[in-house]
Amino acid sequence: MNTVYFLIQQTMFFTIPLMLVAIGGMFSERSGVINIALEGIMIWGGFCSILFINMTQEALSGQLLLMLAILVAMASGAIFSLLHAYASIHMKADQTISGTALNLLAPALAIFMARMIQTSGVQQIPFKNTFRIEKVPVLGDIPVLGNLFFQNTYITTYIGIGILVVSAVVLYKTKFGLRLRACGEHPQAADSVGVSVYKMRYAGVTISGALSGLGGLIFVVTTSTNFNENVAGYGFLALAVLIFGQWKPYRIAGAALFFGFMKTISATYSSIPWLQGLNITGYVYKMIPYIATLIVLIFSSKQSQAPKAEGIPYDQGAR
Amino acid sequence: MNDKKKIKLAMPDLSRAAGPLSSIFAIIVGLIIGLIILLFANSSKALAGFGWIIGGSLQSAKDIGNVFYYATPIIMTGLSVALAFRTSLFNIGASGQFIMGALGAVMVGVHADFLGSFHWVAALLASMVFGAVWAFLPGLLKAFYNVNEVISCIMTNYIGMYLVNILVRATVYHKLTNRSVPVKATANIPKMGLDKLFPDSMVNGGFLIAVLISILIYIMLNKTTFGFELKACGYNKDASLYAGINSKKNIILAMVISGALAGIGGGLLYLAGSGKYIYVEDILAPEGFTGISVALLGMSHPIGTLFAGIFIAYITVGGSYMQLSGFVPEIIDIITATIIYFAAFAQILRGALQRIHFRKAGDRS
Repeated sequence: MNTVYFLIQQTMFFTIPLMLVAIGGMFSERSGVINIALEGIMIWGGFCSILFINMTQEALSGQLLLMLAILVAMASGAIFSLLHAYASIHMKADQTISGTALNLLAPALAIFMARMIQTSGVQQIPFKNTFRIEKVPVLGDIPVLGNLFFQNTYITTYIGIGILVVSAVVLYKTKFGLRLRACGEHPQAADSVGVSVYKMRYAGVTISGALSGLGGLIFVVTTSTNFNENVAGYGFLALAVLIFGQWKPYRIAGAALFFGFMKTISATYSSIPWLQGLNITGYVYKMIPYIATLIVLIFSSKQSQAPKAEGIPYDQGAR
Repeated sequence: MNDKKKIKLAMPDLSRAAGPLSSIFAIIVGLIIGLIILLFANSSKALAGFGWIIGGSLQSAKDIGNVFYYATPIIMTGLSVALAFRTSLFNIGASGQFIMGALGAVMVGVHADFLGSFHWVAALLASMVFGAVWAFLPGLLKAFYNVNEVISCIMTNYIGMYLVNILVRATVYHKLTNRSVPVKATANIPKMGLDKLFPDSMVNGGFLIAVLISILIYIMLNKTTFGFELKACGYNKDASLYAGINSKKNIILAMVISGALAGIGGGLLYLAGSGKYIYVEDILAPEGFTGISVALLGMSHPIGTLFAGIFIAYITVGGSYMQLSGFVPEIIDIITATIIYFAAFAQILRGALQRIHFRKAGDRS
């Protein structure tokens, strides 16, 4: 039973950042802008917030510091994503190219700044993890459920689930969500009834930036004590989750859970007795999430429900 | 008719040159931003550091030779990405294809020394085949299952990385250094006289092979029916289907050729005789991603890609000297990223140039 608890807890660590970043990507793509820069934004958000933790951890600690870091991560991610928004909305740039540029820029800038700012001159940014919650009061004592979801956890897990629910409501139950979706499906029609396509697309990309930055922070905090200017391709995995989740919030959550579980197996195979007994080289397990993604995509890509206008710069003259 | 001709002579249509012009514009902006960052980081040494970027590669024949050496693999991955771009495919999987190609080259290079003077050719062919096979998979999934090639390429990057780790350990492993064993001397690509031209540098015949392949790809894309079909599928899938072009076949072929090019890049680097070994570690080959920059900067044109590869290698070699001024070489990556970012604005520049042209010509159509 302990193995099961351990697996579920680990799965949550991997799932939450994936899900948040994919939901961010969903907002961007639903507004009509392909955001391949999720990886870069994650790195940038992670860098800014971990640097913030590193510099303030003498004075602050625990949940307060984490909450402040979350704000830093979201703000820095949102600001960084404006570069992509400006290029792809105002400058009508090829969105893949500008996204690729951001993916290149983020790690380079982060490494450069880390090495220039830190007196040690190294690119790794260490931090003390004072954020883990051993056991949530009251809820953690519930048998089974408490063990599964309220022990050995982070506050970010609950924030992530909250953001999922809010996102679904915003996307489907509010005026803003309806307009956002319209801009991704048929921007000319949206414009003709007075919706500002540019504003909506800026909003979509900025939300994706904020959530990706947050995802970057959560990924680093829950999986290491040392930021090395990379997030292990999570931004790209989130793109796969987004497609597998068919651009819909709850399906994205399901897809993220699936990948999170696969990732958990590949990361923890050595501590699962019966997997270790099989005596297969660790690289095979490490391949599993990626192979599983490919297989799943084969079955889910045929009837793709991608937003129709995504990737096409909006041109008012082309009604 | 005559009047129109005269006007054209008076004012050439600059919008046709928008590609190269916007690349040059992007390079200038990228360098300026690099200089600004240097000034912020350390204003007293900024100009010295910038001097290294601009001129560090011109200090000696050795440095120039090394520029060509560093350019060789990224020209190949750049060609790989560029060719895919021309078919509207984004081959972000060049990294995996590159390292698979390297594995093929090293495996043949280590184990097939009975081939004699044909050895290096066989090793290079192996790298081509390995790269092609690794790109076949995303091509197949794209053509028949509509799987987004960006995602499948990212997946095959990681799968390839781990697969190479497994296969290196199984076939060509040197346990003490945790890397592949050196290839036999006969598998190293001949210098082809370049060592005389650039003494002490690491440049070798691989660079000439890369130049030759760039020209071949240019001819294939622009002078053959096959190349036309590939590009037609990229421009308009439906129209090319209507014209009787088999788009499924073309998608797969484009990916396979693209992968073969990236694979050769891996072969050229790991057969260079410069002390390169495949390390068993969980790091994606960066050459594949540099290839994306190279292709974008070269406007996906084979010859443009050739020059873009040389340019990126040029500032990289120059940037490696910047540590003498106390700067970290990552500034080069920042400059490259900025260049790519501004290169994405090409569309706007093209439109602006077109407007200028029409205004001058008095034709406002």
